[in-house]
Amino acid sequence: MQDKNKISKTQYLIIGSSHAGLAALEAIRLQDENGTITMVTREACLPYSPTILPYVISGEVAAESIHLRDQSYFDRLSVTFKSGSAVTGINLDQKWVSLASGEKINYEKLLLATGADAAIPSFPGIDSIPYQVVRTLEDALKLRQSFQKAKSAIVIGAGLIAMHTAENLAQSGLQATLIIRRQVSLFAYFDGAAARMIESIFSDHGVTLAIGSGVSKISPSDDGGCQVTLESGSVISADLLLLATGVRPRINYLEGSDIQVDRGILVNENMQASVKDVWAAGDVAQAPGFFDAGKTINATLPNASVQGRIAGMDMVKDPALKPYLGSSGLNVFNFFGHHGFSLGLATVTESTDDVEVNTVYLPSSQRYQKLVFKNNRLVGVSAINARLDPGILRELIQRQVDLADVKEGFTSAPLETGRLLMSKLWR
Amino acid sequence: MGKGYNTIAFYPDKCDGCNDCVKTCSYLHTETVEPAHSRIQIVADTIPGSYGIAQCRQCGEPRCVMDCPAKALAKDEDSGVIRWDETRCVNCQLCTLACSYAGITANPITGKVMKCDYCDGDPGCVKACKPGALEWVTAADIFNKWGELEDLFVPGLSACLGCNSELLIRHSLRRIGPNTVVATPPGCIPGVGTVGVNGLTGTKTPVFHPLLTNTASMLAGARRYYNRIGRDVTMLALAGDGGTADVGFQSLSGAAERGEQMIYICVDNEGYMNTGVQRSSTTPFGAWTSTTPVGANLRGKTRDAKYLPVIMLMHNCEYVATASLAFMEDYYAKLDKALQASKKGMAYIHVFSPCPTGWRFPPNQLIEIGRKAVEANLVPLWEYSLEEGRLEFTHPIDNPLPVKEFLSLIGKYRHLNESEIDHIQKTSEQRIEILTSFQHQRANQ
Repeated sequence: MQDKNKISKTQYLIIGSSHAGLAALEAIRLQDENGTITMVTREACLPYSPTILPYVISGEVAAESIHLRDQSYFDRLSVTFKSGSAVTGINLDQKWVSLASGEKINYEKLLLATGADAAIPSFPGIDSIPYQVVRTLEDALKLRQSFQKAKSAIVIGAGLIAMHTAENLAQSGLQATLIIRRQVSLFAYFDGAAARMIESIFSDHGVTLAIGSGVSKISPSDDGGCQVTLESGSVISADLLLLATGVRPRINYLEGSDIQVDRGILVNENMQASVKDVWAAGDVAQAPGFFDAGKTINATLPNASVQGRIAGMDMVKDPALKPYLGSSGLNVFNFFGHHGFSLGLATVTESTDDVEVNTVYLPSSQRYQKLVFKNNRLVGVSAINARLDPGILRELIQRQVDLADVKEGFTSAPLETGRLLMSKLWR
Repeated sequence: MGKGYNTIAFYPDKCDGCNDCVKTCSYLHTETVEPAHSRIQIVADTIPGSYGIAQCRQCGEPRCVMDCPAKALAKDEDSGVIRWDETRCVNCQLCTLACSYAGITANPITGKVMKCDYCDGDPGCVKACKPGALEWVTAADIFNKWGELEDLFVPGLSACLGCNSELLIRHSLRRIGPNTVVATPPGCIPGVGTVGVNGLTGTKTPVFHPLLTNTASMLAGARRYYNRIGRDVTMLALAGDGGTADVGFQSLSGAAERGEQMIYICVDNEGYMNTGVQRSSTTPFGAWTSTTPVGANLRGKTRDAKYLPVIMLMHNCEYVATASLAFMEDYYAKLDKALQASKKGMAYIHVFSPCPTGWRFPPNQLIEIGRKAVEANLVPLWEYSLEEGRLEFTHPIDNPLPVKEFLSLIGKYRHLNESEIDHIQKTSEQRIEILTSFQHQRANQ
């Protein structure tokens, strides 16, 4: 409790040390060489990316080598880095943030990049067994350890984390069962045909998929494991239970403050929150959508780093700042040696008056490619094992390039045509 | 602080789509010739004969590095190359989504990502490119060293937007150094603030403002004085074409013939830009100026420009060179030689200096216009030293651009018809012939 009454001061206070926080920090230092910067994280270690955690679980990457920055980096940029310090409260009038240690930090400008926690569904009996989630390094290491003892595992969820975790389990030799409430996996990223192809690859690698039935009950099993009863009535047992049913922005420390929140912290196109001198970026921020009229959360790494950079530039009044184009789906998905990605409105299946869907589906070579156009502009792409440049396609979507004149060439040879458009439009 | 890096430049107009760069890149990285392995890709346009390029730009604020969760990508601070560390890569391919240029791509054969590494500073694609569409640009070294030298010119000045002279003054003074007396006769260079105001000078060296007629003779006198008291001080003239080729020529010619020790830089913007864009003897044929207007009776200047550098060569100067700031490495090399030559006698550098205000082109086109003039052979870059006794082209142009491609960028030539353009084309070719004859001077002697 020695820190109880300590108040330190900083010009720029960044809460969170992953992609959004780091991008903001660098943007600030580019413009302000001398301003005091403090970065605070609840994690007890140097910065890392949540995206790397599945690879820690699988053992492909050692936990010691995941850190994106080391202490000498912070020393070089004269940044005070405080790990193991969760934020507990915020006082907007006096402009300080309190930490779990009791310490307070007075700020001039504050960035909230606190990320998201695993969302825990309220299944009956969920608290009766020691379920696991994959969100922090601690979670990943714990999970990796329990792999050693377990023979089987259940994963509940239909998203990229659920799928990746199931893959890890199967690769580690566990009998993995994936429980998906909807009729199809990865519904947010791929259409039914593509999802079926992915599901069959999972099946081929020994993952059991229980699709189309929600969980009705969870209970401990006699042998110390768990037992999941589905709405269909079937019962699945395993040694481990993993929950990957989405994430929820971490905003509990804002209780009682005037900062407007919906699902996440509401921000404008410069990542400013509803009160002065506070910004938010990354998984915690609910930002203007690229396609949606309202504000939305696409909790992905590329959205986080761009938002963080914009927040940092705005905090330091960088004249080169361009407002956020809007959040949209930007996902890559790799599984059992296959590569997929999904951008924008990638799940549209039907062509309509102004929407055109172009699909190439080659089941024999496990190749899938879907291009979605609206008024001759690319609005979505999903692909598996297709040779494309996702970054160029992203840029075509975000720039809303009119493809009317090149549409035929683009749909038949999107890689070459995309590169050519790039070399003309933004080289 | 910021650092400049060497880089690969691509000139689409020179690319013939031969793909030798692609084959070479593949071979150098995998010892097989397989386009899919190449880190450089040439993309054919729907317009035949037109090509684009997909290659890593080695961005200053690389988004691929920012979005790598495994720290497998990092920008090398020494070379500027973004390095991919295969041992750290988890093959998530987020980098391919981050890059807007197809600079880091998934190799369909290996299943891993790949990107350009500049072949450790000796890019094979550039060496393989016969038409010269790829160039290994090493000018960054100059700017890195430049930052270490003291800027001897005022931070604020009143030059027009896009003025070539500011670039010239800052670079020349830094390179030649503070042990210098600068003379700037009437013209843009004193006009923008070099001689200063209210008794304060615009340079951190002694500077004075001679008459338009006597720059070279005043510097000659100053140098002789320093010689007499035993001090080795560099004399530097920064003069316009009017003060050099027209009214200042008598004193310059005399000083050159006598072998006075100085560096005389003529900043040739082809007219009296400081006083309202009047013609000078270096204004080219056909150019609009306020005294060679374009109308019913006149279509710009009726006479060809006086080509002063060869006239200076015939004075037996220690060193004579032409330069363009679009070729900064070339200019720096010439400043070094001029500085050495000025210990013995006259060093004369004639700098082609496009002027956005007087020539009527957008300020951001300054360097491009400087480059095109050289590539069209209107401004051949060469040097001559008395010791060597012969002229050498320092940036020979094998396939010159048609002069029209240069002329069309500039407002003062807007009115030219085909026969006038033809005349300029022929004059430029004749000039190259004359210069070529000086290449062999010693051999003929």
